[in-house]
Amino acid sequence: MSRTQAARRADEQANDVDGVSEQTADAPPTTARPRHLLSIGELGADGLRTLLKLTDTFVEVGQREIPRVPALRGKTVVSMFFEDSTRTRMSFDTAAKRLSADVMSFAAGSSSLKKGESLRDTVETILAMGVDAMVVRHRSSGAPWQVARWCDDADLDRPVSVLNGGDGWHQHPTQALLDCYSLLERRGRQVGETPDLSGVKVAIVGDIRHSRVARSDIEAFTLLGGEVTLVAPPTLLPPSLVGWPVRVSHDLDATLAEVDVVYLLRLQRERMEAGLLPSLREYTAHYGLTAARARRLGDGVTVMHPGPMNRGLEIADDATRHVGSIVTDQVRNGVATRMAVLFWLLGGQIDA
Amino acid sequence: MPELVIRGGTLVDQHGSRAGDVLVAEDGTVQAVGEGLRGAIEIDATGCVVTPGFVDLHTHLREPGKEEAETVESGSRSAVAGGYTCVLAMPNTTPTIDCASVVRDVQELGRRALCDVEVSAAITVDRAGEQLTPMAELAELGVRWFTDDGTGVQDDHLMRLAMEYSLPLGVVLAQHAENSALSAGGVMHEGAVSSRLGLPGQPAEAEELMVMRDIALARLTGARVHVMHVSTAGAIAMIRAARAGGIPITAEVTPHHLALTDECCSDYDAVFKVHPPLRTSGDVDACRIGLGDGTLDCIATDHAPHTPETKDLPFDEAPPGMIGLETAFSVAWTELDLPLETVLDRLSWTPARLLGAEDHGVIEAGRRANLTVIDTEASWTVDPMEAVSRSRNTPFAGRELRGRVIHTVADGELVFHDGEATR
Repeated sequence: MSRTQAARRADEQANDVDGVSEQTADAPPTTARPRHLLSIGELGADGLRTLLKLTDTFVEVGQREIPRVPALRGKTVVSMFFEDSTRTRMSFDTAAKRLSADVMSFAAGSSSLKKGESLRDTVETILAMGVDAMVVRHRSSGAPWQVARWCDDADLDRPVSVLNGGDGWHQHPTQALLDCYSLLERRGRQVGETPDLSGVKVAIVGDIRHSRVARSDIEAFTLLGGEVTLVAPPTLLPPSLVGWPVRVSHDLDATLAEVDVVYLLRLQRERMEAGLLPSLREYTAHYGLTAARARRLGDGVTVMHPGPMNRGLEIADDATRHVGSIVTDQVRNGVATRMAVLFWLLGGQIDA
Repeated sequence: MPELVIRGGTLVDQHGSRAGDVLVAEDGTVQAVGEGLRGAIEIDATGCVVTPGFVDLHTHLREPGKEEAETVESGSRSAVAGGYTCVLAMPNTTPTIDCASVVRDVQELGRRALCDVEVSAAITVDRAGEQLTPMAELAELGVRWFTDDGTGVQDDHLMRLAMEYSLPLGVVLAQHAENSALSAGGVMHEGAVSSRLGLPGQPAEAEELMVMRDIALARLTGARVHVMHVSTAGAIAMIRAARAGGIPITAEVTPHHLALTDECCSDYDAVFKVHPPLRTSGDVDACRIGLGDGTLDCIATDHAPHTPETKDLPFDEAPPGMIGLETAFSVAWTELDLPLETVLDRLSWTPARLLGAEDHGVIEAGRRANLTVIDTEASWTVDPMEAVSRSRNTPFAGRELRGRVIHTVADGELVFHDGEATR
C-alpha cells in the first residue's frame, strides 16, 4: 500500500468516527505533515498551532463514555524507553490505545540491551517486525535523531515515524505541546480558537541547564507569542544563552511579581551532589515556590510543573494547592496531545 | 628494488621550487636529482608536484589492543595513501606503550609497515599520571617523543619532574592539553551549540589552562615541550607570546580543527566527536592564522580510527576521534589560503625536523628516498567506503576536495602507485 493510499485509508477510518472528521475539518492544517516529531523548533509555529487545534478533538474524545476511536486501527506503535519513565510511557500507550493502534513496549531494563545489543540493532530488529511509529525516550541527547536517520535509511515497505519522548537534556516536544494546551485552556481559549500566548509572561524556574522540558517549552511558548524569563542560579543555566529568546533573572520574588505563569522544573538531587548547589535548603530558599511565595502570588497566576514533583524542594505542598495550579490538567491533557500527534503523523490528518 | 626515476615533475622542498627528475637507486637512496634522468622504472610526474614525503606527529595505529579498528600495517597503508612516509605511533594502546618490551614490539611491527613507523611512549606508567616511565631506557631504544595523549598529565609537580628528567635525554614532551577537572563529562565544545543541543561541553579554558601551565613549567625547566592538537584561539595567543619570549615551545594543529566547527555536531552524528572538540569559527580562524604565521609549526592528523559500531552509539557514548591520514593534504590545500610551499612545509620538513627524522623532509642525493607525488589540480570526493584505513570514521565524507596524492615512495620503495598500495 502506498503512502498516499495509507493516508487516505486512515482518513476514511477517521471519517467513520463521529465528531472527529468534522472538527478536524474545521481546523485545516496550515503546514505539511512531517514524518517525525523530534523537536518543537522543527515543528515550527504553524505545526504547533495545527497540533494544538487537533488536540481539541481528542480532548472531546477523552470525555466520551468510551474514549476510543478507530483512527489508527491496524497501525502499530512501539514505545522504546531507554530511560525510566512511568508517566510519559503510560500517557503515550494510553493515547495509542485510544486510537485503536496496536501497542508494543520495549523497556531497556528487560531487554537485550543488557546483553550488549546496540541501539541500532534494537531499532533495526523492531523495524523488521513492521511498525508505524516509534516513541523514543533516551538518556542521551540526540538519540531520537539517530533513530530517525536509521528509519529513513532502512529499506522499508512503509515509512516509520519517530516521536521524541524526551532525549537527554535536549527536547521533550510532547511535554511542550501539553503544557501549551493546558496553559491556553486555563487562559480561556475556546475549542477551535487559534492558539495564542501573545504578551503572556512566563517564568521558568530551576534547573534549565539539564532540562529538556525547558528547552522545548521556551521554544513553544515563544513561538506562540509568550515572553519567557529564566530564573535559576548561574550553575543551573546553560553555559551559553546566545540565540535564546529569553530574559534571565536570579531574583525569584521580583520575577513572580511580574509574570502570568510560573513554571517550576524538577530539581534532581544529584545536582547538589555534583557541587552545582551548596545545599537543597539554599535552593529552596532562593528558587523554590515556598508556601510564603505562593501566598503572595495573585490568584490569576498559573502554576505549572512537569512532574513528578519534589514536594518541599522546588514546590511547597501548600503551593501545589494554589488556585492557579494546573498540574493535573497537564497530566490529563498529555493523553489528548499525544493522540493528536500520533493521529497527525500516522496519516490521520484530513488532507481535503 | 630496481632503479626508479620520477620524471618531469616540479620539485618543491625547503629550498623552493624547480623542475627536475629524481633517480632512486637500487638500495633506496636518492642517487641523483636533475634533468633527463633515466631508470628501469619510470614514473611520469608531468604536471605534478614532487615533494618530500609527509611526516605525521600524531597517529593512532591502535596496535596492540584494537586491531579491529587499525593495525600498524593497515595504518601505514592509509598513511602512504595520504602521502605520508613517516608516522609517529601514539602510545595509548592496550597495553600502553610505556616500557621497553612494548616499544620493541611496536617497532618490530613497524619494520613490516609500508612506511617509517616511529614509536612514541607514555610520560607516565599506563598514562595514569602517577609515575614516570623509564624515559632514559626508552630513549636508548629510539623513542624521541613522550606523551600521555588521550589525556594530559594533570599533576603539576609530576609534569615538572617529567620535564626536568627529560632534559639530558634530548627528547620532546608532547602534551594533550586538557585540564580534566574542567572538561569532565564534556563531549563537545562548550558554547552556544552545546547549550542548544543539550550536550555537556568542554570549555576552551580546559585546554588553555594546561597550555598556560606548561608554558610556565617550560620556562622553569627549559624542557622541550610540544602542544598537541591546539584548538583554541586563546591557546594560540599564549603559545605565540611564549615563543616571542624565547620559550622553545612548539605546536601542531589537526586538519579538522582547521576546517570544521562545533556546528558539525548539530545532527548528533558521532563521527564529529573528537577531543579536543571541534570549536567555533573564531577558533578555526585563529588556527589558520597560527598555522600561516608559524605559531603552529605543523599539521598533525590525530588519525584516530574507530569501528563503525562504536561511532553508531549515541553521541555522548561514542568514543572521540576521526581518521585523517588520507585526507590531510587535500583538506589543507582546499581549505587554507596558503601557498603550496607553506602547506608542504607544515606537512613535511617542519614536522620531520621537530621529530629529528633525518631521512624525511628532504630530496637530496645520498639520502633515503621518501617522496610524494601530488596532482594539485585533481578534484575528488571523499567516500568513507573507499578508505584505505581499516576504519572509515572520516568527518569529510561527501566533501569535494582539491589536490590528491597519486604516488608515494617510502624508504626507496614505490609503496603507493597510481592511487593503489603496491603491497
